[in-house]
Formats: sequence, structure tokens, C-alpha cells
Amino acid sequence: MENDVLLQLNGICKYFPGVRALHNVDFTLRSGEIHALMGENGAGKSTLIKVLTGVYTKDEGKVRIEGKEANIKSPQDAQNVGISTVYQEIALCPNLTVAENMFIGRGKGKITNWKKMNARTTELLTSLGIPATATQQLGSCSIAVQQMVAIARAVDMECKVLILDEPTSSLDENEVAKLFKLMRDLKAKGVGIIFVTHFLDQVYEVCDRITVLRDGQLVGEYVIQDLPRVQLVSKMLGKEFDEMSDIKTVDPEAEDIKVGTPVIECTGLQSDAGIKPFDFKIWKGEVNGFTGLLGSGRSECVRSIFGADKVIAGEVKIDGKPIKIKKPLDAMKAGIGYLPEDRKLDGIVYDLSVKDNIILAYQVMKGWNHPISKAKAEEFAQKYIELLEIKTASSETPIGQLSGGNQQKCILARWLLTDPKYLILDEPTRGIDIGTKVEIQKLALKLAKEEGKSVTFISSELDEMIRTCSRLIVMRDRKVVGELNESELTQNKIMETIAGGES
Amino acid sequence: MTQKVSTKKSGSFLETVVALTRKQFFIPIAALTILVLFNLIMDPSFFAIKLGTNSNGDPVLSGYLITILNNASELVILAIGMTLVTSASGGQDISVGSTIAIAGSVILRILCNRPITVANMLFAFLVAAIVSMIFGAFNGVLVAYFKIQPMIATLILFTAGRSIAAWINNNTLPVINDPTFAYFGNFIPGIPVPTPFFIAAICVIIITLVLKFTTLGLYSQAVGINPSSSRLNGIDPAKVKLITYIILGLCVAVVGLIKVSRISTINYSVVAKDIEMDAILAVALGGNSLGGGKFNMASSIMGAYIIQFLTTTLFKFKVESTALPAYKAIVVIILVVLSAPVVREKMSAFWKKVTSKSAKEAA
Amino acid sequence: MAKNAKATAVTAPKPSLAKRVRNMSDTNLLLTITITVFVLMYLSAILFLGSGFLKPQMFLNILNENAALIILSCAMSLVMITGGIDISVGTMTALVCMSCAVHLDYKGGNVFTALLIALAIGVGYGLVQGYLVAYLNIQPFIVSLAGMFFAKGATTIVNATQFNVENAQFQALKSKRIYVPGLGSTNKHGIYIPAYVEIGVIVALLVVIGLFVFLRWTKMGRSFYAVGGNAANASLLGINVKLTKFTAHMMCSVIASIGGFVYFMHVGSGSPSHAAGAEMNAIASSIIGGTMLSGGVGNIAGTFFGVLSLSTIKNIVSALGFDEAWWTNITVAAMLCLFLVIQSIVLKRKTNK
Repeated sequence: MENDVLLQLNGICKYFPGVRALHNVDFTLRSGEIHALMGENGAGKSTLIKVLTGVYTKDEGKVRIEGKEANIKSPQDAQNVGISTVYQEIALCPNLTVAENMFIGRGKGKITNWKKMNARTTELLTSLGIPATATQQLGSCSIAVQQMVAIARAVDMECKVLILDEPTSSLDENEVAKLFKLMRDLKAKGVGIIFVTHFLDQVYEVCDRITVLRDGQLVGEYVIQDLPRVQLVSKMLGKEFDEMSDIKTVDPEAEDIKVGTPVIECTGLQSDAGIKPFDFKIWKGEVNGFTGLLGSGRSECVRSIFGADKVIAGEVKIDGKPIKIKKPLDAMKAGIGYLPEDRKLDGIVYDLSVKDNIILAYQVMKGWNHPISKAKAEEFAQKYIELLEIKTASSETPIGQLSGGNQQKCILARWLLTDPKYLILDEPTRGIDIGTKVEIQKLALKLAKEEGKSVTFISSELDEMIRTCSRLIVMRDRKVVGELNESELTQNKIMETIAGGES
Repeated sequence: MTQKVSTKKSGSFLETVVALTRKQFFIPIAALTILVLFNLIMDPSFFAIKLGTNSNGDPVLSGYLITILNNASELVILAIGMTLVTSASGGQDISVGSTIAIAGSVILRILCNRPITVANMLFAFLVAAIVSMIFGAFNGVLVAYFKIQPMIATLILFTAGRSIAAWINNNTLPVINDPTFAYFGNFIPGIPVPTPFFIAAICVIIITLVLKFTTLGLYSQAVGINPSSSRLNGIDPAKVKLITYIILGLCVAVVGLIKVSRISTINYSVVAKDIEMDAILAVALGGNSLGGGKFNMASSIMGAYIIQFLTTTLFKFKVESTALPAYKAIVVIILVVLSAPVVREKMSAFWKKVTSKSAKEAA
Repeated sequence: MAKNAKATAVTAPKPSLAKRVRNMSDTNLLLTITITVFVLMYLSAILFLGSGFLKPQMFLNILNENAALIILSCAMSLVMITGGIDISVGTMTALVCMSCAVHLDYKGGNVFTALLIALAIGVGYGLVQGYLVAYLNIQPFIVSLAGMFFAKGATTIVNATQFNVENAQFQALKSKRIYVPGLGSTNKHGIYIPAYVEIGVIVALLVVIGLFVFLRWTKMGRSFYAVGGNAANASLLGINVKLTKFTAHMMCSVIASIGGFVYFMHVGSGSPSHAAGAEMNAIASSIIGGTMLSGGVGNIAGTFFGVLSLSTIKNIVSALGFDEAWWTNITVAAMLCLFLVIQSIVLKRKTNK
């Protein structure tokens, strides 16, 4: 297995304005191996993959395929040299049929042979056990089926290199098992597979080697047997691991928090985003969290509390008083703040200044005919720029020019300015640097302890949740499946609850 | 003079937003400079202003500059509404020409059977304003609630508007003979400056005050840049879009009044013809993105005057009015090409190359 | 079929009409709506407005009158499927008419060179608009708005007034009638009047068939749908998005110039006011024919029926006695509005379920 090198990357660099996304990264893929590409959010995995698939053009470095230098400038080029890719988000066309999605953009000739295409597709779908028909419009399939179709397409392309960029986040266990079987079959045929995932179990189940990236740089390449989990995690996190472990001191009064009327109490709450009705309580000064896999419905839960999705059943009480939340403004007026999961899409207003971004929510609460004066707005902006140490040239800089972490701090400032009783932080640390992550975690704890606010914290990273939250609500398949208190908060216990206690 | 008024007034409001967009003034100022220089070289008498008397013996100012100030008024008023619509909905309303015909038609319909008194004129204008705002709301609902692209949604009224206008007056062309009605589009006796200029100035002042004392500017920009985020911050994006279309409807009514007052009657198929093109051009020339988001009202208003400057210059050099669109189209294409992000990127890369090369050579 | 049912049963347990509608592709769903509407409309016209609508020549006249519009609408559908739009086709038609007219009568040219001029205008438009849209990423609406105004001005620069073409060769071509066997009728005096179509109709039908085949069976045609559906993903699937968009605009302009020439053959004159508002009719026909504005959905057959529906309703409106000119525009606008709203609602429902 050591002998034939299939793909070799040397000294890859990629810069974005103000950001060094990749610096001098080497990567080697041998034929017939499954190679995990690991790293935290923002480590540069996605960028590296996009360079390899021609979505981005590299600034420096060389890509060799089977010894020959390849100049990949577009996804077509990548396909032509034998690299096929399955992306985390479905990268297919929803308006075309399943069969077309499998075959479009590949093969020679100018004519589409529908009969042959549909026949081949049906064959593939049956052999992979995908519940879809060739002539069905892709958009009418479930997300998981769409993802399987994408995988089927990639597999059918007779590629040399197969890249799987977090393909499992929308798949259930059975589908994952199917995928792994497929991967092993391909491996036996000599295909090299690059596998990106957040699930450590999956890495140790199928992979042969691991390459770890951190902050856009190569940490190292390891054979899987030589790298126990704990080591892998510390490699991914880097030396800051120790610092992060002790930001929370055990609070002896923790048990006393859950007394009296909860600040927020939801019963049977359900939104149109497809979650099962759930109950939820949080007390003054408490930090709790929703956990579960991506797509388990944790964001949808908090979104329904905030009124971001349409609520179809259930009721919410604030300080014991029932309240109707139909739209976000109702929630805001009731003292709820929500830092959304997708910073780019739902958080920042890209072209507006840092100042306008900070005052936005407060301004909306004041009403359209009471604009905040220029001087006042500047004062607020300066206050939070100093308080949260937001690194920006001035309060007039468009927020889009800031780094991810500083953008997130601005959104945090936006909600702090509204002085909420209850603050929801949905993935506040995703894709930002470790220093800022720690700051945000500390801030969440401080808000609860010193200012008596209630905070709900959501993160994909379990240890982060364990460090910040005193109570976890565990979700699976869009349903609340358990609640863990302080004493039960261990990696294993949480994993077990997420997985359904089968192990 | 008008430029001064508008930039100064709006400047105070815009300072919150403007620090970075100051260079936005570059495009309109450069365009203005080119036009002024061109006219200075070709024929300096372009800039002469004479005080004469009109047929009624009242003092009036005349000259190309006055023509520009006068004729640009409609465009300035439309540019105000169009800027807001562009900002919030990321598209333009191409039905303004047709709805101006409707507004004008409504005014004439009401006035042709009534004595021309101040009360009646006010009544006619109010009805026209309500009708225009309803049509604006129609566009707005299609855009905001049915999520149809603005230009396609407004295509409906673009197609039907002039026909509706003709239908309102049963395809007759009512003529208002009372000279007081002509004041709005011409001169008020004793005042040598054309009235439309004052109407435009009033509109500019009103929108400045509105932007200063409400959060309309912030909201429409936020909605235009990121509707999803705006919603999560408590703004109702659909409502904001709808409001901008209704405001544009009001602007259209004012323009309709000026248009019918200028000639005391209306020609459904010709009135305000192609004005939507000029209004969109004014917004673009002001350096505002036609894709929505950030806007600079003062800059748009300046854009409107520059368009009229261009039109008047072309007229002066004997370009047929029917051929005008061809020249303007070329200006539009040059503008959009220059402001296209792809082109800008390439140009800045090119500049970097040139400067680094010259730096190397110097070293 | 059995396999089909079994497979879909996994994703959607309730089999019903609604489910079948859901599994239908958007393109076919909207096409079905269009054809249904057309048939219903034509039937009700026959029932309530008398037998005039029954005569084959009445139907063929719809084709004769609308041959150019059919071609323009097909051209429009092409760009709309890729998610673009081209509102310059109407005034471009006027420019083609005027240029050809001037060429034939004032410059002594022949019909063949006139056709070449028409095509050259189309190619020129395709090159500029295609480049600006595809490679410089400028909004198609703005680009073609400028194109529309350019043609409007350029037409009057070529010649400012209307005149009829007297070139003999052209007159012969213009008045050529192609008789359709078996569809004629006898008049009051018992004389058999054969049913006929103009040359333009044949061209239009060829364009419809050609484009139908192109969109259905060629890879480029399928890329149109992919790009319109999701341009970013189409690129990841290995489609050259820029080339696809460029091709769409190029084809649109060239086909529109052919449409312009057909229009010219029908009216036989040059005038700045020719084909005024044709772009609106073309867009309306495309939308009524089930082409989605947002791109990725549409069918040339639908567009064909869209044109027929539009002209049938115009005929109905005038048969009802609303024959003032403005009613036509208002009807077109109302129809456009109706179908836009239908599209918006139908597809929203579909995604929600």
C-alpha cells in the first residue's frame, strides 16, 4: 500500500483578503487508502479541498497526480484528471431528474441518451439501495437521498481520487454503513479516498491514515494505529488545550439555580421546521445547552423559542407569564436575544458598518420613528468595541471586512445592547479562532454568573459544551431524547445519549 | 445650486453611512466634469443665463442651465423613490413611466369637470397620490409577498399602465385651459425660477427629513443586504419593501402632476416615455449598486441632474429626440461595465501589476 | 412502474393525486397547466362565442399573426431557462425590419442579403449581451434594457419614418401562401376556400421543433436547465456555466433576429414603432407557457401554447366587444399577473409539502 502515490500536494498556499487560509500545506494520498483530513472548523480543510477540486485557484504550490503535475483551474479540470467530489452541502441541481444529476457534465458526445441514462441510473440506485427513481425530480427527494445520489454520481465516475467532504452529516446509521461498505469496495479497487468528517468514530472505523491541519498549516500525517483519539484531539486543538480545560470552575451553588419560576418555560412547543414538540425550562443565571448531531433539530428548537420559524403548537411563559411569540420582534421585546447559527446568512449585514450592525436590534426595538442619534450610536459602538475587544479599524468599517471572530463579537454586542434576560447562542464559536472561542465561552459564563442572565449555548464541539453548560438537553432525530445534569456531563455519557444508549 | 442644497442637507444625515462611500461621489462628479468641460470647449454660451419675460410679461430666467434645472425635476423626484426601491428590493421599478401616465390621467379626469380652485387641485392631487400609491403597493405586494423579481413584477404595469391611463379618460385628451393649473409645470408669475425646481427641492427636503427622523434608511439597506438577518433582528423585510414601493408611488404622483401641468393636457403614449430608463440610470450614475443594499440619496439626486445635463447637451448638438435612447444605452453599458465587480477586480489587478512593475523599474 | 411505486413509497407513504403532482417535474407540471388552460379557453370560446372559433382558418390565422411572436417567445424562453432575460428582442425586431427595409428599397439589395443583415444584427447583439452577462456577470435585465434602448434609438437613426417595401422579390416572398390540404371551407357562394399559412409559420414551427429537440436531447440544452436551476452547483458538476450562459444569449439574439425577419415578412414595412411591446408579449407567453422566471424550468412546447393562449384570449376579448386598443394591453398584463401568481403559489405549495 505504501508504494504508489496517487496524489501529491506540495507547499499549497491560498490567501484571501486579510486571511491566510492555507500556508505551505503538503498532502499525500496513496492508491487504495482512505485518508482522513482532520482539523477544527476554520483549519483549512474545506479550502484545501476546494483548491483540489478547482473551485479556488491556489496561490502557490504544486499538485501532482500519479507523478504528473496537474493544473486544476475549474471543477471540469478536476473531473477530467479523475478527481470526483461529494460536498457537504448538496451540490446538485434540484430542478433536474435524479438520472440527469448523475450524468450531467460528464462523458463525451453532445447528445443525451435518456434511455441508456435512466437504465444505468436505475441499476446504480438499486445496487446502492437508494430509495429514488431515475425519472424523479431531485428536489422532491429527501436531503439524505439527494446526498446518496451525489455519492452515487461520484462513485460512478470511475475516478482515481474520491473526495468526501463531510458527506455523513445528513445520513442515518444505515446509510452511513452503506457508504462505508462502498468506500471499502472502492479502496479494494485502488481508488484513493479523502474523507473529511467531524465524527471521530467514523474516522477510526474506516480510515487508514490521518492528516491533521490547524490554522491553515499542516500539523502532520499519521498512520491510524499510531494515533490514539486523545492525541488526535490535542493535535487538532493545539497547545491551547490545557488553557481551555479550566475556564469553568465547579460552582458549589450550581444546585441552587434551579429554584423558583423559570425565566423561560416552554411546553409542547413545535415549529413548522419539522421538530417534534418539546418542553424546555431555563432559570436565572443558568447556562444550558442543546446538543445532538448536525440536523438533529437543536437549532430549530431555539429558533422556535425566538419565533424565527413559524410556531404551530405549544406555549411559552416568561417569568411565569404566558406570552405569544409570533415573530422575532415579539421575542426581542420579551427580552430574548438570538445569535444565529449561520453568521454569514442570518447574522451580519455584510455591507453595513460595525456600528450599524451593533445598534440594529436595539434600534428595531425602539421603533422606526425613534432613530438612535449619531452620537448615541457611536457611543454604544465604542463601548462594545472596547468591552469585547473587537478588532476593527473604526466603527464605520463595513462588518464584512472583519475576521470571523470579530464579526461574531459584533453580533454578540448587538444582543448585549438590547440587554436581554435570556440569550441564545447558536454555534457562537463556529469557524473562529481559538482565542476568540475561549473569550466567547468565558463571556457566556460571566453573563450568567455576574449579570444573572440565562444563556443557552449550542456547539458542535462536545468538550466546549461540557465546559460551558451546567445542563444539556440531548436531541436526536428532531426530538428531545434526554436531559443531562452537571454530574452526568461526560463525553461518554453524552455520546451514549446522542446515539440512543445502544452501546 | 441644487446640488449644493441636496448634498449638504443629505450629507448631514448620511454621515453615519458615508465615511466609506465618500468615494461614491467620484462617478457622478467625474461625469459632471466631463460634461461641463465638453460644453465649455464646444460652446461656452451653453452656460449663459438670461433674464427675459415670457408671453404674459412675467420675468423668467432662460438658458440651458435653467432648462436642466427645470427638466431634471421629474427625474430627481423619481430618483428618490427609485433609490429606496433599489436598495430594499435589489431591483428596479420599470413601470414608473406608465404609472405617471395614470397619475396624470387621474388629475385631468378630476379637474376637467370642475372649476380650477386650490381646493380642487389639491383634491385632484390627493386622489392621484392615493391611486399611484395603490399601484405602487400592487408592485410592492408582488415583489415582497409573492417574491417575484421586481423588474418582472413591474412589467405588468409597464405593459398595462398607459392603457389604463387612456381608459381612465375614455381615450379623450382633456385640456385644462385655466393658467393657474400650468403654474406647477411652468412659472408662477413674479418668480423667474421654474416651479418644478421648487417642487423637486421640497421633495428632497422631505426625504432628507424622513431619512433623518425615521429608520427607513437603515431598514431598507439592511433588508437589501441581508433579508434573513434583518428578519431575525425584528425587521419585517416584506413590509419594508412594500413601503419603499408605496413611497415610489407617491413620487410618481408628484411627477404626474408636473407632467400634466407642463402642457395642461396629456398624451398617454408619449408622456414620461422612457423615464424609467433615466431614473434607473440616475441611481446607477450615483454610484449605487443596482443589486440593492447600501445607497446614497444625495448621490442619486446628483445622478438625476447629470442625466438631464447629458440629455440637454445631446439636444443642443441636434441629436434627434428619438435617437437619444441609443446614446444613453451606450452610457449605461459603459457605466455598468465599469462598476461590474469582475471588471473592477481585473482593473485593480492590472493597476497592481503596473505599479509593481514601475516600482521595480525604479529600484 | 411497480418499481417506481415501491421506491417512492419509501419517501412518501400517502399515494394520491397530490403525490403524483409532487413527483412531477416542475417543467411538466407547469406545461400541463398551460395546455389545460389553452384547451379550456379555446373550447369555451367555441361554446360561448360562436362558430367563428371553429373554422380551421381562424386557428391558422392565429399562427399567421403570431409566427414572429412564437419565434421571439422561444428565444426568450431559452434565456429564461438559464435564469436570464432579454428584453431587447422587441426593439431589435424593429431594428431588423428597418435595416432590411432600407437595404431592400433604398440600397437596392436582395432578400438574401437582407436576411444576412438580420442575422448579423442578431449575432452582434448576442456577442455583446452574452459577453456582458456571462463573462462580466452583469444583470441580464440591465444589459438587455440598454440593448432595448439602443435598438430603439438606432432604428430611428437608420430611418426615422415608416415606409412600405416595394422590392418585387420581397413582395413575392411576403405574399406566398402555403395551402394546408383538408382544412379549407366553402363560403356562402359554395366556393371552396383553401386554408393557408404564411412562410413565417413554417419557420416558426421549425424553430419550435428544433429548439424542443435541442433542449431535450443535447447536452448543451440540458446544461441550460442545470445552470438555471443552480449555477454554482452546475459548475461543481463540471458544466461550463459561462459558456452556457453565453450560448443562451447568443442563441436568443440570433433566433430573435430570425423572428424579426419573419415579422418583417409579415408586415412588409419598416417603422420605429414595429413590434412595440413584443418583448412583453414574449415574456408573458413564456411565463404562461410555464417557464419559470427564476430559471431551470420551462418547455418550448409550453411557450408555443403560451403564445396561442395569449392570442386566443386577445381574440376572445375583442369578440366580447372590448375592441378598444387598450384592452389588449390590459388583458396581456392581467394574464401575466395571473400566471406569475399561479407559479409563485404552485411552487411554494410543492416545496412546503
